[in-house]
Amino acid sequence: MTSTNYLNADYGIWSWLLTKDHKRIGILYLISITFMFLLGGLFALMVRLELLTPAGDLLTADTYNKMFTMHGIVMVFFFLIPSIPAVLGNFCIPLMIGARDLAFPRLNLASWYIFMAGAVFTLYAIFTGGVDTGWTFYTPYSTAAANTKVIPAAVGIFINGFSSILTGLNFIVTIHRMRAPGLTWFRLPLFVWAHYATSIIFILGTPVIAITILLVAAERALQFGIFDPTLGGDPVLFQHLFWFYSHPAVYIMILPSMGVISEVITCFSRKVIFGYGFVAISSLAIAILGFLVWGHHLFLSGQSVYASLIFSVLSFLVAIPSAVKVFNWTATLYRGSISFNAPMIYALGFIGLFTIGGLTGLFLATLGFDVHVHDTYFVVAHFHYIMVGGALMGYLGGIHYWWPKISGRMYPEWPARIGAAIVFVGFNLTFFPQFIAGYLGMPRRYHMYPPEFQVLNVMSTAGATILGVGYLLPLTYLLWSLRYGKVAPANPWGATGLEWQTPSPPPTENFPVTPTVTEEAYAYAHRAEPEYV
Amino acid sequence: MLERLGLMPAQASTMAFQVDLLYGFLIAVTAFFSLLIAAGVIGFSIKYRRRSEHDRTPHIHGSNLLEVVWTVIPLAITMVMFFWGAHIFVTLKRPPDDALQVNVVGKQWMWKLQHLEGRREINQLHVPVGRPVKLTLTSEDVIHSFYVPAFRIKQDAVPGRYTTTWFEATKVGEYHLFCAEYCGTVHSGMIGKVVVMDPADYQAWLAGESTSAAAAAPADGGSGSLVASGKALYEKHGCITCHQAGSVLGPPLAGVPGSTVALQDGNSVTADDEYLRESILNPQAKVVKGFAPVMPTFKGQMSEEQILQLIAYIKSLGGDTAAAHGKTGS
Repeated sequence: MTSTNYLNADYGIWSWLLTKDHKRIGILYLISITFMFLLGGLFALMVRLELLTPAGDLLTADTYNKMFTMHGIVMVFFFLIPSIPAVLGNFCIPLMIGARDLAFPRLNLASWYIFMAGAVFTLYAIFTGGVDTGWTFYTPYSTAAANTKVIPAAVGIFINGFSSILTGLNFIVTIHRMRAPGLTWFRLPLFVWAHYATSIIFILGTPVIAITILLVAAERALQFGIFDPTLGGDPVLFQHLFWFYSHPAVYIMILPSMGVISEVITCFSRKVIFGYGFVAISSLAIAILGFLVWGHHLFLSGQSVYASLIFSVLSFLVAIPSAVKVFNWTATLYRGSISFNAPMIYALGFIGLFTIGGLTGLFLATLGFDVHVHDTYFVVAHFHYIMVGGALMGYLGGIHYWWPKISGRMYPEWPARIGAAIVFVGFNLTFFPQFIAGYLGMPRRYHMYPPEFQVLNVMSTAGATILGVGYLLPLTYLLWSLRYGKVAPANPWGATGLEWQTPSPPPTENFPVTPTVTEEAYAYAHRAEPEYV
Repeated sequence: MLERLGLMPAQASTMAFQVDLLYGFLIAVTAFFSLLIAAGVIGFSIKYRRRSEHDRTPHIHGSNLLEVVWTVIPLAITMVMFFWGAHIFVTLKRPPDDALQVNVVGKQWMWKLQHLEGRREINQLHVPVGRPVKLTLTSEDVIHSFYVPAFRIKQDAVPGRYTTTWFEATKVGEYHLFCAEYCGTVHSGMIGKVVVMDPADYQAWLAGESTSAAAAAPADGGSGSLVASGKALYEKHGCITCHQAGSVLGPPLAGVPGSTVALQDGNSVTADDEYLRESILNPQAKVVKGFAPVMPTFKGQMSEEQILQLIAYIKSLGGDTAAAHGKTGS
C-alpha cells in the first residue's frame, strides 16, 4: 500500500469521525455493528445456556426475559437492519456505479451519528437494568405491565430509525442521479437493484415503526390510551402498526443479502446471471408485496377471519419472487466454471438455508397450520433461517468478497473456507431441532420448559457453541489479515463490476477518471482471465 | 409411530389429524423443493467445478419459458396450501351449536376457567371425550394465548375483547396447556393441563365439587351455574330496574343476544358477546334507538369472569326476539 488510497489519505481520529468519504463511513459502521453483533451474541449465549436444562436454574426468569429481549433488539435494530446496507452498501454502491461518493456525503455521516445516538440510548437501557418486553414490544404488556427500561430502549430505536431513513434516501438519489455514463438501469449490478428495493422499504416503512414506538413510550409515560384497553385503547392496533414496518423489515434484512449472492454466484461461476430482469424486478416485487402481508402475524389475535384469509394469500404471493431468485441462482451455476472460495461457500450455503427458511415460511402462511405453531419454536427456527441463515450468511459472504477491496489485503483462504463450513454446520445444528421442538408444541420465550423438550434444546445449544466458533474465526483472521494478509490486487476474483477496476483499496475519489460502461453486468463469458495473486 | 419417536405431539382432537395431514403435505413439498435445489447446486458444483483458469463459459441470458415454469408451478402449489389451510382455519372459527361452553380468563400468570354449569378451575380444564367444547377467552391484564398442542389449537386471550375457539377431544388423557404469548416474568410458568375424561366421569366431576368450588370463591358471583351467578349479579346491580319489559329507561334484554339491534345513530349492530360486554362497560358507545344515554358504566365493578356470567344469564333469558326487537326499535 504505497500509493495514496482512502485509508492512508489522512490520519488521526478526526479524519475518521468527520469523514465524508462513503468508504470510511462504511468502516465506521462496520466497527459499530460488529460490536453490537458481539453484544447480541453474548445475550444469545446466555439464552442458550439457560435452555440446556428444563429448570430455570442459571438465570432468574426476569433476567432470562431480558436476555432474549435484548438479543432481539440489538440483533434486529442495531445489527441486521444496518448490516449490509450501511457497511457494504455504503462502501460499494458508489464504486459499483462509478460515482465519487453518495449523493449526500454529509447526510451519510449524519446517519452514522444518528445510529450511534440511538445505540447509546438502547445501550443505556440495557446496562441500567434492561428491557423485558420482547423485541416486539407487544402492548399492553409494554405500556402497562413491564417494569423495565422500556422508554429509553424505545427512544433508542426511534432515533436509530432516522439513520435508516437517511441511508435509504441517500441510496435512492445516488442510484438515480449518479450512475456512470452508459450504466443504464438494466446494466446495474443486482446488488444495486437489491439496495434500491431495500431503500424503498427504509423510507416508507421506518417512519411507521418510529411513530409506533414513540406512541408506546408516550402511553407509558403519559397514559395516552392508544393501546391499553383499560385506558380505552386497542392492544391489537399496536400489532398492526408494529408489523406494518417489522414484516417489511425482514425484507430489509434479506434483500441486500440476495444482492450479495447475485454478485458472488456470478463471479465464482464466471457466468452471467440467469434471468437478470427477473432477479432485478423480483427485488422490487418483494419490497412492494412485503408491505401487504403484515397481518399474517395476527392470525390468532382476534383479527377478522376475512382479513386473515387475505393476508394468508398475499403471504403466499410474496414467496414467489423469492423462489424465482433461488431458481435463477441455481440455473446460473449451469455450465459455469465454479470455484469454491470462501464467499462462494457462504453463497451456496445461503441458497440452502434460505430455501429452507423460505419454505417453512409457507407453513406459517398456511392458516390452519399456523394456529398450531404460531408463537412456538417453529417460528423461532423459521426466522433464524431467514435472518441468520440468509441475511448473516450473505453479510459474511459479502465481507469476504469485498475484503480485498475494503482492506487492500487478502483474507487467508483456507481458514475462511473452514469458517464458512463451521457456520453452516453449526447453524443447522442450532436451528433445525427448533423446528421439531416447535411442532411438538414448545412455546417461544420460555424460561423453563417440560423435560421432554430437553434433548432438542441440548442439540440446539451445542450447535450454538459451534456457530459461535464459526463467527469468532473470521473476526480473528480478518483482523490478522490487516497486517499479515497478502496485498490484494485491484481485481483478485476476476470480477466484472466497476468496483474491481479501481485499485484495492480505492483512492478517496474512487476513480481517477469517471469510467464509461459499455456492456451489461456480469459479462463473464467475454472476460479476460483474472489477475491472480 | 412419529408420536412414539418424539417427532409429533399426541393427537387428541378431531382437528389434530387434519392438521398433521396438512403438515405432511407441507413437509413433502418442502422436501421435494429442497432436494431439487440441493441436487442442482451440488450437481452443478461438481460437474462444472473449475478445472483450469482457462475455462470458457457460455453466455446464457436466461429462458422465459423456465421463468414461467418456476413461477406458475410454485404459485399453483401455494394456492393448494392456502385453500387447505383456510379450510381448517374457518372450521376452527365455527364452533358446532351443541358445544359445551367454557369461559377462559387469563391473568398474570394463571388461567381461570369456568364451565357453563358453574364449576371453576385454575390452570386445569376438564372436558369430556367426544363432545365439542367452545372456549370464550379474554384477559384481565396483558395478552395471553391459550395453547393445547395435542389439540393443535391456540387462541390469544386479548384484554378488552372476546375471542373464541373450539375443539373436540378424541382421547382420554392429560395434555399440556401452555401460555403461548409472552406475558412477563412467569410466562413459562403459566401452564397447566387439559384433562380429557369419559363422559360419565366428566358428569361426576362436574357435579362433584361444584358446591365446594363455589364456596371457595363466593365473591366471584355466588354459587351454581354461570346463569345462576349471572342472575345474582343482575339482581345485585339492579339491572332489572331499567331493563324490565315496558321500561322507558332501557331496552328489555330478553331475546337481544344474537339479534340485530338498531342504534340511536342510525347504524345497527349484531348483539354478540363483544357488544354485550361493551354495553355493560361503556354503555354510551352504542345506544339503542329510542333510548336516552342514561346507563352508568359498570367498569371496575365487575371482574371479567362476572361479566361473562352476566352475559350467560342475559343469553338465558330467551324470550320472543321479535317482540323484544319491536320494543327496542320503537
